[in-house]
Amino acid sequence: MEELIYTPAHFKSDQSVRWCPGCGDHAILNSLHKAMAAVGVAPHQTAVISGIGCSSRLPYYMNTYGMHTIHGRAAAIATGVKLANPGLTVWQVSGDGDGLAIGGNHFIHAIRRNIDINMLIFNNKIYGLTKGQYSPTSDRGTVTKSSPYGTVEDPFIPAELVFGARGNFFARSIDVELETTREVMVAAASHKGTSVVEILQNCVIFSNGVHSRITDKEVRADRTIHLRHGEKMLYGKDMNKGLVRDGFYIKAVELGKDGYTIDDVLVHDAKIPSNFLHQQLAMMDGETLPLAVGVIRDVDSITYNDAVGQQIEEVRAKKGFNSLREMILAGDTWTVE
Amino acid sequence: METTDIKVLDKVVVRFSGDSGDGMQLAGNIFTNVSAGVGNQVSTFPDYPAEIRAPQGSLSGVSGFQVSVGMDVHTPGDKCDVLIAMNPAALKQNVKFLKQGGVIIVDIDSFKEADLKKALFQTNEPFKELGITAQVVEVPVTSMTKAALADKGLDNKSVLKCRNIFALGLVCWLFDRPIEAAIHHLQSKFAKKPTIFEANREVLQAGYNYGHNIHASVSTYRIETKNPRKGVYTDINGNTATAWGLIMASERSGRPLFLGSYPITPATDILHELAKRKDLGVTAVQMEDEIAGVCSAIGASFAGDLAVTSTSGPGLALKGEGIGLAVIAELPLVIIDVMRGGPSTGMPTKTEQTDLMQALYGRNGESPLCVLAATTPTNCFDMAFEAARIAIEHMTPVILLTDAFIGNGSSAWRVPEADEYPEIHPRFVPESLREGWKPYKRDEKSLVRYWALPGTEGLMHRVGGLEKDSETGAISTDPANHEKMVALRREKVARIADDIPRQEVLGDKDADTLLLGWGGTYGHLRTATGELNAAGIPMAFTQLAYINPLPRNMGEIMSRYKRVIVAELNSGMCAEYLQARFPATHIDRINKVQGQPFQVSEIVDKVREILGK
Repeated sequence: MEELIYTPAHFKSDQSVRWCPGCGDHAILNSLHKAMAAVGVAPHQTAVISGIGCSSRLPYYMNTYGMHTIHGRAAAIATGVKLANPGLTVWQVSGDGDGLAIGGNHFIHAIRRNIDINMLIFNNKIYGLTKGQYSPTSDRGTVTKSSPYGTVEDPFIPAELVFGARGNFFARSIDVELETTREVMVAAASHKGTSVVEILQNCVIFSNGVHSRITDKEVRADRTIHLRHGEKMLYGKDMNKGLVRDGFYIKAVELGKDGYTIDDVLVHDAKIPSNFLHQQLAMMDGETLPLAVGVIRDVDSITYNDAVGQQIEEVRAKKGFNSLREMILAGDTWTVE
Repeated sequence: METTDIKVLDKVVVRFSGDSGDGMQLAGNIFTNVSAGVGNQVSTFPDYPAEIRAPQGSLSGVSGFQVSVGMDVHTPGDKCDVLIAMNPAALKQNVKFLKQGGVIIVDIDSFKEADLKKALFQTNEPFKELGITAQVVEVPVTSMTKAALADKGLDNKSVLKCRNIFALGLVCWLFDRPIEAAIHHLQSKFAKKPTIFEANREVLQAGYNYGHNIHASVSTYRIETKNPRKGVYTDINGNTATAWGLIMASERSGRPLFLGSYPITPATDILHELAKRKDLGVTAVQMEDEIAGVCSAIGASFAGDLAVTSTSGPGLALKGEGIGLAVIAELPLVIIDVMRGGPSTGMPTKTEQTDLMQALYGRNGESPLCVLAATTPTNCFDMAFEAARIAIEHMTPVILLTDAFIGNGSSAWRVPEADEYPEIHPRFVPESLREGWKPYKRDEKSLVRYWALPGTEGLMHRVGGLEKDSETGAISTDPANHEKMVALRREKVARIADDIPRQEVLGDKDADTLLLGWGGTYGHLRTATGELNAAGIPMAFTQLAYINPLPRNMGEIMSRYKRVIVAELNSGMCAEYLQARFPATHIDRINKVQGQPFQVSEIVDKVREILGK
């Protein structure tokens, strides 16, 4: 392993962190500092762009270039930053409201274009900054201040939107799993193209325990599976459960039961271009099938910023001009003596 | 044998009209380019329907293209000398634009009973029904086009598509235009369709020959030409000029040009032109919506580009919150608004000046920014350059207002040398201030904060939409600090006045009445001023291009005249803006909100009415 040039401290700003005590964002910030140190891109070559919401305060806590923008627009602004200076490593921080409600259009289009940015979506299924309204990821029936009788609409599943928009990188983590979060953030930064990382985050004030059905210590090992490229899809406290093929679908089995052995367990291939299996893995919800964390899809494809740059290079190589005047004079003109 | 009667006019106005599928814009454009090519000044006014293809032959589907060619041309003209009407609907819609003594050319083949019905004529005598006394030249355009292409093996649809070029050939003959130049333009238009080019060439020649053959019955005009300055000229419309002015600013500032945009009539041609200019290294991206257009530009600005977004009124409304972000983050940003008829979708293809208040105030909070307006198609180049210069040197968003009339209208334009435009100096953090630099440290004189580009070591910082402490740049909700920052942002924009030209007054210097306009009405108001002065009504004239801040000598000008008549294509926005600043000035108003440009005659009439003369 190469020696790290940067430590997490290099990426911390001098601002005091203002999130509520116990907020999941603290852990995510911590993981991000570590991930940036591990990635090894200098703070001055890093830009962190956020929208509006609790999570979007994050750029203030980074000793990088940063912009805390307006609600929902972080993906569009990050796109401009990356196009203007493709040498920068650009991160986008949004919550489920910022990224998937008001910013939903920019979210899917950034992914469709495959602009090389790393999007972190902090999903706590609630609007925190405005003090507790349901979000586009809130489960049907969720009671909040703006849905006192429960919501009557179904939520987005962020991964499903990513695949619908033809995304090439999707990973998931849980705020309290610092090491997994760091690991997927590093993978996101290494991936060229739009990398979406969904982090299940706990809002202690307005949606405390919203993920606990899956993330509580007692149940987590049996209700989640950590996927790693090239490794068997095993999970459980004793790592004795696995995912196997079931016709077109996947099912969970216990090794040694019903004749299933380790040979039946699928090996995770995050790099396969078809997203058919990736979708099934990403849609597992922790009920009959464990919720997947780790890098679920990581497929290479040309990035938007590279394509934009290459096209300019190609056109200029073929018929480039050195100045506006030269370009105009090559067209229809006449001379007045 | 009769001889051709050649009238020597200093300018002539031709209006091509037909069905929106008839190719009137193409015929008009080629005639314009050919005229510019022989040294005429030109000014055009495409007047086309919002519907791409309204029902064929219907009144709502009529498309027009008016061009004035000759010398001293400032406008496309109020009325035309020659009207070409390809069908009864076009005649009905456009006859009101014909001058007394003008000539109408119609395609008589398309004046059959069914055609007349489509245009809602009651009788079979359309000319009588419209009360036309002017000379009507009935030309069998359709049948002659068919005859010219009889042996070409083209299908009927392709043959009929050439009718416009027959009319063009006839008009070229009428105005003594070199047919070779028209052929050259056809060749580049149909470069990839040699068969179609050949057919059009044939038809063009047929139309020209037809004109020659019937010359005894039509007066022809020869148009004098005179250009004041030596140099290389090209024909340019306002939207192209805007795009090129931005490129010039990029060259003079050393900042790469970035356009984030979204298609919208009548501004889309700016996106088209800059998308083509990859040959000059321009990055022009079509984003998913208007908001993403401005936001991608804000991101590019933060990263160090000359960043621009182009739009029209509805798009400006959508961009408002983003522009506010650029105001508080104090980033350079150019917003081009090619104004059209509103509110809402309004009249997308028609011209208006109704976005002035939106440009000045259409954002939440106190969010001052610089507002400019271009006065003519070629002036779009200069004002786009100015918008970029001010944005970069004053670290502020700048809204440049143009409109459908000057955006689509064209003029001959002398191609400038780069050094005719000043160098633009980006306000990078000076070496001397890098120690202990904070993002909201300002230059004392201009109050401009510095541009610290991502990628620079040691200048990492965060900006954003939250109010910042004036010293440290940290988030602040301190009441006194907020008030101070509001004042600083306002004063920063106000001080741009030190960096713009003084307002010039034309016309009669001794007049006690000033005719005042802003933006794209320049040509009409200037011509009206000339006519008033010629009629013995002393009139001074000034046209605003710098609207916020106003030029430093504006107060002096406003106090010099007994009355100031503000003429604008809205219900009085600029008049109100000026009255609030100069309450002692007596302001009269001339307003028009019809989606159409002024006519010189109506300005003259209204001024006379106001003055009682």
